[in-house]
Amino acid sequence: MSDHSQSHTGHSSSADGGHDHHDIAAHVKTYILVFVALLVGTLITVGMYFVHFESMAVTIAVALFIASIKAFLVAGYFMHLLSEKKMIYSMLGITVVFFFALGALTIWSSNDFPKNTEMKALYVP
Amino acid sequence: MEIPYTYKPRPDTGLYNAKVGIWLFLASEIMLFGALFSSYILLRVQAPMGQWPTVAGAWPTGLLNIPIGTFNTAVLITSSVTVVLAWAALKMNNFKAFRRYMVVTLVCAFGFLGIKSYEYNEKFTHYELRLKSGESFTGHIEVNGKHAGFWDFGSIYNLARLEKDQVSEIKFTADPPKPKAGEKHASAAAHAHEVKTIKREDIVWLDAFIPRNHTFFGIYFVITALHGLHVLGGALVLGYFAFPGSSMWKRNPEQFANRIEVAGLFWHFVDLVWIFLFPVVYLL
Repeated sequence: MSDHSQSHTGHSSSADGGHDHHDIAAHVKTYILVFVALLVGTLITVGMYFVHFESMAVTIAVALFIASIKAFLVAGYFMHLLSEKKMIYSMLGITVVFFFALGALTIWSSNDFPKNTEMKALYVP
Repeated sequence: MEIPYTYKPRPDTGLYNAKVGIWLFLASEIMLFGALFSSYILLRVQAPMGQWPTVAGAWPTGLLNIPIGTFNTAVLITSSVTVVLAWAALKMNNFKAFRRYMVVTLVCAFGFLGIKSYEYNEKFTHYELRLKSGESFTGHIEVNGKHAGFWDFGSIYNLARLEKDQVSEIKFTADPPKPKAGEKHASAAAHAHEVKTIKREDIVWLDAFIPRNHTFFGIYFVITALHGLHVLGGALVLGYFAFPGSSMWKRNPEQFANRIEVAGLFWHFVDLVWIFLFPVVYLL
């Protein structure tokens, strides 16, 4: 059983609901803009490396903030997440919760050594 | 027997099956890379304070080549936009443009891998050396008059290997010291590439910048190699759709466009991982 009987011509085959040529042409412009924004974002990220902040926390926060904006652009526009169906959002919502839970568990364990653990030196000179 | 399938969006969810499938897969990929990123944070936070290599085990910074890393980021971003443009070209019924964008994507993908393997090789041939006197250096070695070649695993040395091969001394070219803060150029002495002869019995630690040497290299190679495998896998799939698999375009354009969209979603995810990986391992 297949759907081969439903023949298509390739014209405005709307996989995700009502895209026609005009829609897509407008999307292409957005894709190019996002591309330029990503390149600029990369340059800003590298530029921040040469700006020395006093605190390491600020350095990390700035780097991750720029990366998050770039990630939003890729996920939102290239991956069409800004106009996706509800089911995808709920799947990703669950993933985000588990992602942070996993990270929190790992970091939570960082000072949790078994009793009588000895920290050994890397080498003995 | 033909396997039943459908490429039409379901009326209840509005999604075609392959799209649900790829997003579930990407959710599992987020967890996979999430585990590695949190391991990275854990290893880094646990590392002894201080400046590596002076303090053994301290977290090394500035070891990776930033201009090359930046260029590679741009290469991957370019491949990400061309894959979405290829999909858009199909939607506009322009197969020629689709093919063109796919070729650019593939060139970028293999370009990325080529540049990455050059970077890997730089690490395989770069060494950390500690002496009994307490001094520590990074630099390049020459054993029995030979430098290591490209991806030459046979000539990666550590102290145990020197003992096994009964090498009594090595030649060592130390890296120039990094310019201090506020100093634009390193001092003249820093430019001198002095080759020193080091006796084996003076060495307490010698190893290349490879995973067994330091947890930094351990996590760096694991994450970037896993990412590299994703790039390779994605490139193979996209290459298949660009050439042999593209015959489907004539039979069933909608299903083919769906395939490109789904493969593209994977490709953007690989780009997304790199967007976080680049600042974390190169810049922080």
